[in-house]
Amino acid sequence: MTTPTPLARAATSAPLEPEPQTPSPLAPRGGRLPRYVPYAVGAASLVFAYLLLLVVASPGIPSVVASAAALYAVAITIVSRVVEGHRWAVDRLATTLVTFAFAVALIPLVSLLWTVGSKGAALFSAEFLTTDMVGVFGDMTSGGVAHAIVGTLAVTATAALISVPIGLLTAIYLVEYGRGRVAKGITFLVDVMTGIPSIVAGLFAFALFTLIMGPAYRSGFMGAVALAVLMTPVVIRSVEEMLRLVPNELREAAYALGVPKWLTIVKVVLRTAVAGIVTGIMLAVARVIGETAPLLITVGILTRSSWNVLEGRMATLPVFAYNQYQQGGVGVDRAWAAALTLILIVMILNLAARMISRVFAPKGAAH
Amino acid sequence: MAVSSPTTDLAPARSARHRGRLPDRVFHGLSAGAGWLILVVLAAVAIFLFLRAWPALSASAEDLNAISWMNGASIATYVGPLIFGTLLSALLALVIAVPLSLGIALFISHYAPRKLAQGLGYVIDLLAAIPSVVYGLWGALWLAPVLDPVFGWLSGTLGFIPLFEGYTAPARNVMAASVVLAVMILPIISAVAREVFLQTPRLHEEAALALGATRWEVVRMAVLPFGRSGLISASMLGLGRALGETMAVLMILSPGYAVSFFLLQPGQHQSIAANIAAKFPESSGLSVSVLIATGLALFVITLLVNLAARAIIARRAEFSGAN
Repeated sequence: MTTPTPLARAATSAPLEPEPQTPSPLAPRGGRLPRYVPYAVGAASLVFAYLLLLVVASPGIPSVVASAAALYAVAITIVSRVVEGHRWAVDRLATTLVTFAFAVALIPLVSLLWTVGSKGAALFSAEFLTTDMVGVFGDMTSGGVAHAIVGTLAVTATAALISVPIGLLTAIYLVEYGRGRVAKGITFLVDVMTGIPSIVAGLFAFALFTLIMGPAYRSGFMGAVALAVLMTPVVIRSVEEMLRLVPNELREAAYALGVPKWLTIVKVVLRTAVAGIVTGIMLAVARVIGETAPLLITVGILTRSSWNVLEGRMATLPVFAYNQYQQGGVGVDRAWAAALTLILIVMILNLAARMISRVFAPKGAAH
Repeated sequence: MAVSSPTTDLAPARSARHRGRLPDRVFHGLSAGAGWLILVVLAAVAIFLFLRAWPALSASAEDLNAISWMNGASIATYVGPLIFGTLLSALLALVIAVPLSLGIALFISHYAPRKLAQGLGYVIDLLAAIPSVVYGLWGALWLAPVLDPVFGWLSGTLGFIPLFEGYTAPARNVMAASVVLAVMILPIISAVAREVFLQTPRLHEEAALALGATRWEVVRMAVLPFGRSGLISASMLGLGRALGETMAVLMILSPGYAVSFFLLQPGQHQSIAANIAAKFPESSGLSVSVLIATGLALFVITLLVNLAARAIIARRAEFSGAN
């Protein structure tokens, strides 16, 4: 470490500062606050917020919690400022704000999972998963997502089939072969590719296929190409990261034994990194399986099952959910149930990724 | 940075000459080909979009005006308000998401109890795993009613500022869409920032602590200077994602084609991506070309944002205290 700039700054801005326990101008003025004080202040601000809202407006849980949080942040800073001094007051304020930021981020997650779970449960059943939408119209509550599950699996599997070999080989090139300008250029392009908006990927697939096959052409393969454009950079990034973690000693040992380079890569490097690679690919699939916009403009929607990826429209879960939401009425219930199905599939993929990484991990390898 | 990148100089030329020559070449060629394919795909994206957009770019004003939803005499006047709407919604989302993500990243990397930290990181990552259409459903059916009283209050008390003027229920305005966009980009920004913060050299932090710094001072003097470029790149990634996000905007925002800063009024803005998704299924012929031309504009914008991000990172890397 030859660049201790932050350190140097720390040293100059707080010269010769003693440990916080010893009394000095920089240490807490009257010692630290006792541990119970933050809790007491928290409780007090809750009560106070409730009483305040009782007078001003009607207290609901969200408004009480929100105003109590604001009160707490102000109160704890003032208390700390009086007892402990300026620096500790700032520290307490920062701790409070950072914790609140995290708590705020949990609100959408919890409410989203809760809403999807509770509203999706209305129609979610074994029947919902095993029937399609043939002959379902008006206010009928029957019908399901079997065809959309089929389509989603077919399109996503095709996309994976395209992007995994390309991603794997590109990552191998970047880590094992590439040097200098070419490798830097490709790394840069992968970064650029990561930033392609999903709808643009869809438009690209649409433009490509309609120029070749005619303007009315729609197929699962078209959607798969769009998804592959989105998925490939994700695969490259995660595989690259995993390959870089393989210790150089392993490669050197293989070379020392006279193993050719390609065999070293296949048998040593890939074998060592296989757990991480599989996990990375599964996560890339999970990320791409919920893409809606590119499929909306390339694959469209259909009421029955179709495994034919090369010809004709297909139903996919995300597009199905959007389509049903647009129709309103019972459709909204179906949209929630389809959303629940989609989230369950994504969660299963995520869990499976973690399980597989455990199963595949070479014995004795460091995680 | 710290990890020595595996170099290949040590490959034994000898044994390669014996057994592995041909397979080695094939393998090298294959992997290099895959690398070049990335370049080809990117070029193809630009070329094919341009080819399909060309009829619209070269069409006469009369032809363009024959399209029922066309407002404005040329592609430029049509795409202008859309670009404005896209940038406005994405930047608003960024304004909401960056401070929150900074807090989340710091909480997980430096504030949460060590045992909990990894689990909490996983919880935030869950947000990234949720499909965009589900965010759209949630935003339109759950969040909009929740935001309604908040927006009403905002418009009532701060309505004298033009930004918050004239809120009309339901909350299908650009602000609501941006809140959902912000939630969607939170996990990306906070995950990248968290990784960077965790890489802060332990010695820097301990040195600051040994000098008597409080936890916040450690963060301010050791962690943030080290992680600044990472935070900027994370924000840029989030911006790129927010610019191109379709479903949340499509399902929440009630569209309009004005260039206005009335954040709480419906029917004022629309983003390029949502506009394409809304119009595409019913379009054919020249109108498809117009939509693809707007897609080309979106592609160029996200490209510029990404390039700017790279440039900033490349410049900051020298001062970050890393390496």
